[in-house]
Amino acid sequence: MSNEHIDEVSGISTTGHEWDGIRELNNPLPRWWITTFYITILWAIGYTIAYPAWPMLSSATKGVIGYSSRNDVKNELAAAEIAKGKYVAAVQSKTVVEIAADDALREFAGAAGGAAFKVNCVQCHGSGAQGSSGFPNLNDDDWLWGGSAEQIQQTITHGIRFSSDPDTRQSEMPAFRDIITADQIRKVSAYVASLSGPVQDESLVEPGAKVFAENCVACHGENAKGNKEFGAPDLTDAIWLYGSGEASIAAQVRAPRQGVMPAWGGRLGDTKVKELAVYIHSLGGGE
Amino acid sequence: MKFGTEIVALGLFAFVALVAAGFGVDEPFRQHMWVLLIVLLGFITILLRNTSFAAPAAIDPSAYMDGPIRYGAIATMFWGVVGMLVGVVIALQLAYPDLNIEPWFNFGRLRPLHTSGVVFAFGGNALICTSLYVVQRTCRARLFGGDLAWFVFWGYQLFIVMAATGYLLGITESREYAEPEWYVDLWLTIVWVAYLVLFLGTILKRREPHIYVANWFYLSFIVTIAMLHVINNLSMPVSFVGSKSYSAFSGVQDALTQWWYGHNAVGFFLTAGFLGMMYYFVPKQANRPVYSYRLSIIHFWALIFLYIWAGPHHLHYTALPDWAQTLGMVFSIMLWMPSWGGMINGLMTLSGAWDKLRTDPIIRMMVMAIAFYGMSTFEGPMMSIKAVNSLSHYTDWTIGHVHSGALGWVGMISFGAIYFMVPKLWNRDRLYSLRLVNWHFWLATLGIVVYAAVMWVSGVMQGLMWREYDEQGFLVYSFAETVAAMHPYYVMRALGGAMYLAGMLIMAWNIAMTILGYQREEQPMPDPVPALQPAE
Repeated sequence: MSNEHIDEVSGISTTGHEWDGIRELNNPLPRWWITTFYITILWAIGYTIAYPAWPMLSSATKGVIGYSSRNDVKNELAAAEIAKGKYVAAVQSKTVVEIAADDALREFAGAAGGAAFKVNCVQCHGSGAQGSSGFPNLNDDDWLWGGSAEQIQQTITHGIRFSSDPDTRQSEMPAFRDIITADQIRKVSAYVASLSGPVQDESLVEPGAKVFAENCVACHGENAKGNKEFGAPDLTDAIWLYGSGEASIAAQVRAPRQGVMPAWGGRLGDTKVKELAVYIHSLGGGE
Repeated sequence: MKFGTEIVALGLFAFVALVAAGFGVDEPFRQHMWVLLIVLLGFITILLRNTSFAAPAAIDPSAYMDGPIRYGAIATMFWGVVGMLVGVVIALQLAYPDLNIEPWFNFGRLRPLHTSGVVFAFGGNALICTSLYVVQRTCRARLFGGDLAWFVFWGYQLFIVMAATGYLLGITESREYAEPEWYVDLWLTIVWVAYLVLFLGTILKRREPHIYVANWFYLSFIVTIAMLHVINNLSMPVSFVGSKSYSAFSGVQDALTQWWYGHNAVGFFLTAGFLGMMYYFVPKQANRPVYSYRLSIIHFWALIFLYIWAGPHHLHYTALPDWAQTLGMVFSIMLWMPSWGGMINGLMTLSGAWDKLRTDPIIRMMVMAIAFYGMSTFEGPMMSIKAVNSLSHYTDWTIGHVHSGALGWVGMISFGAIYFMVPKLWNRDRLYSLRLVNWHFWLATLGIVVYAAVMWVSGVMQGLMWREYDEQGFLVYSFAETVAAMHPYYVMRALGGAMYLAGMLIMAWNIAMTILGYQREEQPMPDPVPALQPAE
């Protein structure tokens, strides 16, 4: 098979072999190709001298420039700690009120709290702290348990109805289906709805007010403005945790849902909680 | 008796499956064995209906054995449609999470179905059938081992079915691209060794003095995949009638073994194997000699020597020791030129035939494949550089990179090879329609461009968002925000994938019509230039 053969189109000789009609030209390696290949090899040798590379019996060559990815991370973290150092110390030693009063410190703690919020809180409260059904919006000035920086700090540290923290915020609205009649529930729901908007049947409002006065004022107050001591919501604004409208209100009266928030103090530590409190306090509704 | 041994062997195999279904210790394993039993009973039924007691027709030992190759071409089309369809589905699931249907059709189970479907089912069938086609013709020898090729073909399909149904049932080793559990792995080992024997046996009985370059690449692919598959899947089953096994390695050793496997699955399955395809079908379709024999030797040996060390670049900035990361990176850089050797040899083979780009959409497809090959084998070494990798790793950039290689290189070169092979395998004068090939070419090319460009943009954006710190040193974005930012890109990606799938469906139609013997009446390509008309 091996005999001289010249490709007519290119005028270049082939290797003389032929497989199923395929021949191979005897072109040399492209100069740029082999040069670049050599350069990458030289570069590789140089790089492996500079950096940890070649495995020996029990360890590997360390490289002449002393690079170590672990040291790099350690140094970067240490530098970041130093940069934040004085602020972190100040946050540790001051109260949330003092932090909120100091512009530079508030800015730092707000940024730190914002970052911590993204990791720990957005799952329930949303990435914009806007909340959703069952999880309160933290941007408005409607607070279940109080909107001062200290009250927020208390809520974050110990949580709400979080049974494994003895200092957790505690309250329980009773299930009124066991206490009052279905008709009374319908009336009181109409009354509560009427406080912040129109209702379908105006005639229910007045008897509903009577039911309210007999059963609800202890926690929600005579004017239905709520009570932050018990986390009893203000019923006169149009902000609803479990949905608006008479049907949603009636459902909550019959068998209330009791929202739970975990205690974060033990998990995040005091400093992080303070930062979170400052951040949330700064969102717009802080008192 | 025709198929006598096969029917008895399959019957015994089916009995074993039935016993395993009865004694299985976990529910998924029992379900999986029922699936196996049903598949085997299906096989047996088909064989029984085709059996006969007449003496078998004599086989002409000088003729090529093309039966399994014809089946392989059809299987390639079938699995291509399935694998790409699942790809579009999971792309949509990422954009619209409501499309996750629990438990069988959620993203976690469909994703390996897509990757295995396109890599091993579509790509694997394309490689097996083209390699058997090429090795016979370039060795001038009939396939070795009698009906061994049929065993390899059907055995491989059984592997695919068992792997795919296992994923949907939730059976997985959780090793990327090596998800099938131990018993499916064992089966693949048997099939793969049979494939090696088949291929090597055919080369040994060749009637050409030299082994053609395409066969070097195919052989390196078969040998290396056997080694990678066996070592990466070394594991201890919890029970011999259970679906769970534990890897022989642990910790970072396990991770390195996995990525040694994973990277070389790319290197030897998706690169070396398909280079073998290129080295036969491009010169054949262009009707030109291979550009440089010397280049083919040097780049072959450089490629297979260097590729095997590059796996650690998948584990930059992890628990893997620095020295191993360095080696993974420098071997990847050195791999750049050896990879490009294939591109040069492919493209330059067209010198003297460049005019065919205008007239022959199959050549156009092959050239586009080689262009994407060149692009992704540049991008790969670049992404292995630690500084680049710190941005690109774990982002959609990687997904874009993989798909420019998979859709661009692997897909396009396979399409070209199948378009070349099918009319010859079925003795047709030409394809059903060359214009449909042209449609396929443009849909596929546009699909890839949309897909890759979108994933580059979204990947870089994702990487930048993850590392964005404010001046106080705090992270700016939560993870959920980076996910939300990806949404428009996910939608566009699904669109790119759908275009590619549409091209694939056109191809399946075109190939089916060709096999059935139809020829579409159409104007030859390119369009005749209209005569100039005087202005009115």
